[in-house]
Amino acid sequence: MPDPTNPGRQATLKVYRGTKEKGEFQSYKVPVEAGMVVLDAIHYIQQNFDPELGVRWNCKAAKCGSCSAEVNGMPSLMCKSRMDQFKHDEEICVQPLKTFPIIKDLVTDVSWNYEVNKKITPFSPSPDADWTIYQEDIERVQEFRKCIECFLCQNVCHVLRDHERKDNFMGPRFMVRVAGLEMHPLDEANRLKYLKDEGHIGYCNITKCCTEVCPEDIHITDNAIIPLKERVVDEFYDPLGKFIRGLLGGNKKKTIAAQAQPVSITPSK
Amino acid sequence: MTEYETREHDVLVIGAGGAGLRAAIEASGQGVSVGLVCKSLLGKAHTVMAEGGVAAALANVDPKDGWQTHFKDTMNGGKMLNNWRMAQLHAQEAPDRVKELERWGAVFDRTKDGKILQRAFGGHTWKRLCHVGDRTGLEMIRTLQDRGVHQGIEVYMECTITELIKDGDKIAGAFGYYREDGRYILFKAKAIVLATGGTGKAYTITSNSWEYTGDGQGLAYDAGAELIDMEFIQFHPTGMVWPPGVRGILVTEGVRGEGGILRNSLGERFMFKYLPEATRNDYAADEAEAVTWVNAALAGNRTEARRPPELSTRDNVARAIYTEVKEGRGSPHGGVFLDISYQDSERVKKKLPSMYHQFKDLADVDITAGPMEVGPTMHYTMGGIRVDAETQMTRVPGLFAAGECSGGMHGANRLGGNSLSDLVVFGKRAGAAAADYAKTVPSSLKIDDKYVKAAIAEMEEPFLRKDGKNPYDVHKELNKIMGTYVGIFREESELAIGVAKLEELKEEIKKAGAKGSKAFNPGWHMCRDLRNMMICSEAIARSALSRKESRGAHSRLDFPNTEKEWGTKNSSCSKDENGNMKLEHTPLPEMPQDLKEIFVKKEPVNA
Repeated sequence: MPDPTNPGRQATLKVYRGTKEKGEFQSYKVPVEAGMVVLDAIHYIQQNFDPELGVRWNCKAAKCGSCSAEVNGMPSLMCKSRMDQFKHDEEICVQPLKTFPIIKDLVTDVSWNYEVNKKITPFSPSPDADWTIYQEDIERVQEFRKCIECFLCQNVCHVLRDHERKDNFMGPRFMVRVAGLEMHPLDEANRLKYLKDEGHIGYCNITKCCTEVCPEDIHITDNAIIPLKERVVDEFYDPLGKFIRGLLGGNKKKTIAAQAQPVSITPSK
Repeated sequence: MTEYETREHDVLVIGAGGAGLRAAIEASGQGVSVGLVCKSLLGKAHTVMAEGGVAAALANVDPKDGWQTHFKDTMNGGKMLNNWRMAQLHAQEAPDRVKELERWGAVFDRTKDGKILQRAFGGHTWKRLCHVGDRTGLEMIRTLQDRGVHQGIEVYMECTITELIKDGDKIAGAFGYYREDGRYILFKAKAIVLATGGTGKAYTITSNSWEYTGDGQGLAYDAGAELIDMEFIQFHPTGMVWPPGVRGILVTEGVRGEGGILRNSLGERFMFKYLPEATRNDYAADEAEAVTWVNAALAGNRTEARRPPELSTRDNVARAIYTEVKEGRGSPHGGVFLDISYQDSERVKKKLPSMYHQFKDLADVDITAGPMEVGPTMHYTMGGIRVDAETQMTRVPGLFAAGECSGGMHGANRLGGNSLSDLVVFGKRAGAAAADYAKTVPSSLKIDDKYVKAAIAEMEEPFLRKDGKNPYDVHKELNKIMGTYVGIFREESELAIGVAKLEELKEEIKKAGAKGSKAFNPGWHMCRDLRNMMICSEAIARSALSRKESRGAHSRLDFPNTEKEWGTKNSSCSKDENGNMKLEHTPLPEMPQDLKEIFVKKEPVNA
């Protein structure tokens, strides 16, 4: 079915072909159908010109987070990138995520993310927890659990992308994961020391690039990172407040729930 | 000889969706060494796409629910062709498996009194589907994934298994390759659990991803296991139909569970006229009663009103939509209209967020402002590898199967929500039984080098075919045959043509060639995947040709009635000594008297 606004339209895609060491952009002409997305165009190339073109994808419905790439410089899911957002004569450049080493073509090595995930203390409820939980108590946790692990936030984070601190920084994806655990009403573990000393949450200077690219519209910076930064500050940089809270006898979760409005944060180094 | 890496585990689980992850967690919890192999990255398996919910008779919303009713609904939905014992275990154990997920960190939507919320779904008497908006599968897979990574399970990501290897009659290992660079790997294993999902990629219009190429079924068949009930393919009634690029992508049954209405181009609410006589009394008699039911559901109140006709079973709704379109009452793009826009738009966005975004981003349709266009899409394989109900072991010692790749649980038609529960109930059982089995096996299993050599040779071959056919062209041909001759409605002459054409296509598969290097080369991967898809397609077509009746998802135009005598038989495909497919009809296990009584008693069975 041709594009009704421009029947017979052919789009030109420039796709990165190659490995980490060596590669180049190759141009392909692809007929455009109505409602087509960039991933459809990539599949067309694969089926008709280059069966060996490497690309990851699964659901084609923005649910699995596999087909992340940079489309005309914009980190996005190819399955959500409509072809009709581009001008008719515009070349569409598709390249792999910059932050991760290229394996081949559009496929990058994202295994580092899985290693970071292993270090996070898992969900730890008390054995005698009361599992009566109200919807209002889990709304914010459910937001974090929408994450489809497309790693676009990791890809655009300056600390990872420009400063290449994968050795020393967990990245927004895993701050979202930690937030989902820390804010679970029945979780009893404390991950603040990890956030500070290993995840180095302080490196984040809240430029919100991660939030902008999130295909699930998770408010990564405002709802996950900033509240976690506040908790870290309270725990490690506010001894008086901690002492008073201790006197009041609040346990970890209740203490946090009782905190007042967010305060402005100066990112620590 | 080409080099390969060798790894050893007591239990090797192939597939890392809900069933595979749950099996791996269970086996590793029993102290055996576990390897988990998946074709994609961890957490991307098809489970992630499940939307509507997981069925379990927790009775949080409808207190009359209980395992007996869930069992009865499942058997009725499967047109009594289910393995009764699997259906019983499933109904009895699903509530514990769901609660276990919650204790492992899954965050389900809640009722007003703080329990797990449950929604209505097709064929379920009571509101039974525990859910998280319309992303329940994501919640499940992430919960299991995060549980699994802390258990010392060794995960082999982007690794495809191409061969199961036996020592005598017993499973001894598996051979495969890493997708990343094409290097080969041999696993020595005392027990193997297949959890590879379905075979949707045999069809063009499908809700399934590239991974769904029937690998587990193909591997098991080659290793000597049986494939049962393969004629029963679930066409989900509501896939997207427009634009072309998204054709087939799933529209959750949750839309109907939340009160979505199906209409044709004349504006008729047509499902009223397609309710089967046997179940008509379970559904609203008219629009007024359906409205009462929906209003009560929205308010969280109980009602005596019966559920809307859109909540009929999937086989029935799919046939109804197909018929409406065929008779000229379809929507502009060849579907029908599904409408939830009459409800409060904020509520729709809250309960069906992915659907809202899916239609807005991909089809320019605001589902809170107007109807969606939907039509049937190949969604699920009810049939699969025959397993023992208690242990999930196949007839090959040491080979287990769980989830969609196994058969028996769902009979002739699966109810929505029974898949996610199937994964965790039988994933756990398979993992436990595989670990038990592995403990009894001495470590003297041998892998004959000739099998490894043959497996390598098979994988190298596509590169040697200089003028090899484009594997994607062969795949398209397979899709065309299945869609044309083995679709929703079937008949003798067409099925026979289908079987003959598949036979011809087998030769073309042998000609498919690969170019370039072995590094992440989807064309090369497809050459091997085609073989599994072919085994499944042949089993589907032959079984469909042999079953001369209509039952559940198997609709024969030439045999429109459900026949009592066919209700006692499973079709079973296995490989004969010449390597050809042998089709038999085997007797269905007979249900014990106490369970039979559940079907005789009038409501309520769980009062």
